Amino acid sequence: MSVATTTSDTEKFSEENFRHHLDAFWLNVPWVQELKQQNWKTYQELPLPTRSDERYRFSDLRKLKLDGYRPAQEPTEAQKADAIARSNLVGEPAGKVVFGDNFLLEFEGLSEELKAKGVIWMPLQQAAIEHPELVQKYFLEEENQLGSEKLLALHNAFFHGGSFLYVPKGVEIEQPIAAYYWSIECGEAIFPHTLLVVEDNAKVDFVDYYGSLDTGCCSTLSCGVGTIYAGQGAQVFRKIVQNFNEEALSFQLEANIADRDSQVKTIAVNLGSKYARLQNHTRIVGPGADVKMYGLTVSKDEQEFDQRTLQIHEAPHAVSDLLFKNALLDSSRTIFSGLIKVAKDAQQTDAYQTNRNLLLSKTAEANSLPGLEIEANDVKCSHGATTGQVDESELFYLMARGIPRQTAYQLLVFGFFEEIVEKISNEELRENVRKLVQAKFGNEM
Amino acid sequence: MSLEIKNLNVNIGEKQILRDFSLEVPAGQVHAIMGPNGTGKSTLAKALAGHEDYEISGGEALLDGENVVGMEPDEIARLGLFVAFQYPVEIPGVTIANFIRAALQARLPEGEKIVATDYYKTLRAYMDELKIDRAFSARNVNEGFSGGEKKRCEILQMKMLDPKYVIMDETDSGLDIDALKIVAEGVNNMRSPDRGFLVITHYQRLLDYIVPDVVHIMWDGRIVKTGDKNLALEMEEKGYDWVKEELATAGA
Repeated sequence: MSVATTTSDTEKFSEENFRHHLDAFWLNVPWVQELKQQNWKTYQELPLPTRSDERYRFSDLRKLKLDGYRPAQEPTEAQKADAIARSNLVGEPAGKVVFGDNFLLEFEGLSEELKAKGVIWMPLQQAAIEHPELVQKYFLEEENQLGSEKLLALHNAFFHGGSFLYVPKGVEIEQPIAAYYWSIECGEAIFPHTLLVVEDNAKVDFVDYYGSLDTGCCSTLSCGVGTIYAGQGAQVFRKIVQNFNEEALSFQLEANIADRDSQVKTIAVNLGSKYARLQNHTRIVGPGADVKMYGLTVSKDEQEFDQRTLQIHEAPHAVSDLLFKNALLDSSRTIFSGLIKVAKDAQQTDAYQTNRNLLLSKTAEANSLPGLEIEANDVKCSHGATTGQVDESELFYLMARGIPRQTAYQLLVFGFFEEIVEKISNEELRENVRKLVQAKFGNEM
Repeated sequence: MSLEIKNLNVNIGEKQILRDFSLEVPAGQVHAIMGPNGTGKSTLAKALAGHEDYEISGGEALLDGENVVGMEPDEIARLGLFVAFQYPVEIPGVTIANFIRAALQARLPEGEKIVATDYYKTLRAYMDELKIDRAFSARNVNEGFSGGEKKRCEILQMKMLDPKYVIMDETDSGLDIDALKIVAEGVNNMRSPDRGFLVITHYQRLLDYIVPDVVHIMWDGRIVKTGDKNLALEMEEKGYDWVKEELATAGA
């Protein structure tokens, strides 16, 4: 299968490219076509974020230009083989899917046993055709309040990769399911999409990896969406590893909807891109839910990591706990802006938000904007941000045992992230995340 | 072979803490330093370990003849000095096993690697001896440990690193009698003709369990009195005011 999705002379998100996209991928799926047409219109109408938008406070908007990017085309056979070979974060996943420039390259579905229990996991494009009612019920239903409406519209207009998971009541999937999204051709855009619908008392562990085949100076655009619907008592653990090259422009728009007594845990490992924006919009809709949101970022060179989170408590007796840790090298920047919103009826809410920044260079810059909006009167909420350097007393203690300064420094910096890395229950994945983090430091320390 | 401190002067900021401090601990002996709070005992330990906040304005500290004054803390440690700290620091995200392993690795010639199986075997044996739960090896260094657990962890590090000279800075503080006995036994098992100990303490009690060859009394930044183990008992009985009075008399 080889389909030209762009014309050679229109290297951008043009009307012509959009028409090509609809014809090439969604010819017989009218409901998706309709949705895409609406979004294409929205995309064209909306402006890019501006300085006056509070949701982009501190962001370097000069980095946020979409000119020069176009919808991706099908990779070559050699590129496909390379992407498949490098998709190895988890050795024995319950299922595995690999996309390269939005094209499905490999799919290892779930076991027959899980399928027999009613679990559905397949590429989103296939799910939109085979299970339209189920997909429509959840697809893009969650509104996004954290900015990036234009990027979301672009995603919706052009996505065709991505995967859809539906886990029926009470079904537990122990091994992680892994999805890989590779950016391949320079100047091309990918639109990763993960939609997890986990019914009551079901359980799933899902990991998304985003990477560039070219580790050099090839700039690509990624605009991804991830959504979790956790039913009553469901347990959902989602990890995203963003490891694009340092020229990429990346947007990741995450939403979590947590129902009664559900446990939702998300970990975002942010390593790549010149500008990476991560939005996490969490809404607690049932009492007793327990949501944990973790972030781990290593920024270096001129990178900028722009993190915006929202913890909305609509139901009482629930817990949300956020911890984002950033280590900054060189002249890199991070922004953390988080808001906890507690509705009037959400009494006995426990909501916490912590941002810790470790400055490893004098020219790095960490910005923190924590916030609370509380309408209920019986809650426990806290937010805090700290920015500091490696602790001298800890460094002395390690050195006093004979560990050279540089090694001691590394131990402390990697130790800073362990609080988050140790939350990854799969041992192999945990070790691979450690390696990715260490590789990011390279010879910097 | 000895740890010899000659006329050491140490300042913290503007304040002079150690004044021409001199002391020699020959290998094979256990010396104790007793003295009231604020007399400079902990300063001695940290200055010898190479802590940068303690400015050494004069004097020498010779480890088997090599002057360690001005060296980095890790160099001093690798030359064979171990300081068991009064307040061991908590290290988030670094496990005891990884910490001690890094310290041992630093002592190997370049290109050589620790053999993991042997390492864990030794570590577990010492943990058992010090009655430290083996699960602690996977815990972060000192994080959430009780006072006694921290001190036992210091002794565990000492045993693993096998130093030539050991300075124990009030290792007895915050220990109940059972923990004290375990720590003392750990130290006593390490006494050897090749190793010297300097045991800093505020109380005589520790010296019932780690019996010293020589006892020094420290006052206002220097040693003012030296004797055998009975000096510690006398000290305990008469209190530090006795030293103060003696000094006043001598000065008059």
